[in-house]
Amino acid sequence: MCGIVGIYLKNKKYNKQLGKLLTGMMNNMASRGPDSAGFAVYNKSNNFKYTICLHGSLNSKDLQKNLKTKIKSFKLKTISDHVVIITAAKPEKVLPLLKSIAGIELVGYGKSIEIFKQVGNPKDVVKKFALDKFSGSHAIGHTRMATESAITTNGSHPYSTGEDECLVHNGSLSNHNNLRRTLIKNGIEFKSQNDTEVAAGYISDSLMNKKSLKDTLTSGLKDLDGFYTFITGTRDGFAVVRDEIACKPAVIAETKDYVAIASEFQAMAHLPDVNKANIYEPKPGVVYSWGS
Amino acid sequence: MNLDLTKKNLSDVNYFLQHLDKKSNERDFVIKNPLGSHALCAGLQDEMSVTIKGHVGYYCAGMNKNAHVTVEGNVGTGVAENMMSSTVHVKGNASQSAGASGNGGTLIIDGDASSRCGISMKGIDIIVKGSVGHMSAFMAQSGNLVILGDADEYLGDSIYEAKIYCMGKVKSLGADCVEKEMKKSDIAALQAILDKNKIKADASKFKRYGSERKLYHFKIDNVGNY
Repeated sequence: MCGIVGIYLKNKKYNKQLGKLLTGMMNNMASRGPDSAGFAVYNKSNNFKYTICLHGSLNSKDLQKNLKTKIKSFKLKTISDHVVIITAAKPEKVLPLLKSIAGIELVGYGKSIEIFKQVGNPKDVVKKFALDKFSGSHAIGHTRMATESAITTNGSHPYSTGEDECLVHNGSLSNHNNLRRTLIKNGIEFKSQNDTEVAAGYISDSLMNKKSLKDTLTSGLKDLDGFYTFITGTRDGFAVVRDEIACKPAVIAETKDYVAIASEFQAMAHLPDVNKANIYEPKPGVVYSWGS
Repeated sequence: MNLDLTKKNLSDVNYFLQHLDKKSNERDFVIKNPLGSHALCAGLQDEMSVTIKGHVGYYCAGMNKNAHVTVEGNVGTGVAENMMSSTVHVKGNASQSAGASGNGGTLIIDGDASSRCGISMKGIDIIVKGSVGHMSAFMAQSGNLVILGDADEYLGDSIYEAKIYCMGKVKSLGADCVEKEMKKSDIAALQAILDKNKIKADASKFKRYGSERKLYHFKIDNVGNY
């Protein structure tokens, strides 16, 4: 089943409440995906932000010591077992460094995105990471009922395979193994056996080739075989697309202040002025996007 | 009587309406704050009128028998699925599979209905004032699907004996669905449905679609296709 949610703010007045709004959306979708949950929050920064997950053998103090010798200046923001490394150091330098440190895993990076995901009931996961305290411009969340791969942290959504990119998915893909092989040849790296990660990789690969998000998702309708409603985020953009059969649900609520997307209206029932929103269902095989 | 879903829980409200005291004169109910709840007003057996103020979730008023249910908002997947009789009136838009498998009664949708509206309908009348999504009236067996707006792709795919009337544009017809002659008797039958439901529209402006009946029997010529 799985639940997916997203909110894109058109008006800055809700920026400080972004995390709170997404918390309500994810809590209401807990029944669709009790196995694990995750969210990505976009909040622009001048520095790079690298979100990593600690796997137990290493704590954030060890990490601090380890990084001190290699990066000139950085700050750590630790929330539960995730740490955001905030630094001016560029990905070309930091990504290989993070790969060399045992006991950590990169969840996502960019100048805006921070990603948190973990196994467990979504209501507990959002509490653990204090999602309600986050502010930002747009955010995407996922509650997972596992089908394609194991219930682990790296089997959880959102998936991020490129700078400031992320993807959540309700559904399943059938041609992901073939596609994964092609994308690996193109230089995309995968961390799991999950089908959604392949779709995220497909999007990264296409964006790297200077295609727009809208064009990428439009060609995805041809190349990605299976059932899906996708919500995808970039530094300044946000999009939703459903496969042409459209068995997986989605509903959009749009007001002058925000666009919200969820698997069910229930997830949006608490949003401000939602009863005055334009509420509609995205059509099959049509890409809806906001921002750039 | 007002029933507020922020004060009462969904199961209790449904149970109350499903087991209404037969001797009670209290037959008008207003449900407030539905907040997208699923299966609201499902399986109502007795005569009553229920107005839901707000948007609801899946399977609203499913299996309805004698209640008149009005939704002042949008509905999720499968509104009035398997309805037996009486009316369900949605004032907003409907999600997928509206009126699925409906046996009787009338479902009126003031806005648009999304994909697979009237899938496998078995006698229900569905009137959509807006447009319908793709694969509407898929495998529809009997009843009438009346569309005042447009229809998306594959309308009436694998249809049996249900009748489709559409005033707007049809993007494409599904397998075995064809446009049929709009005879005087069809215009009269459609006008009767429209008038009965107080819908101001001229039946002669609709086109009629139905089964070409070519999928009813297996053709030996197609044996190589399987």
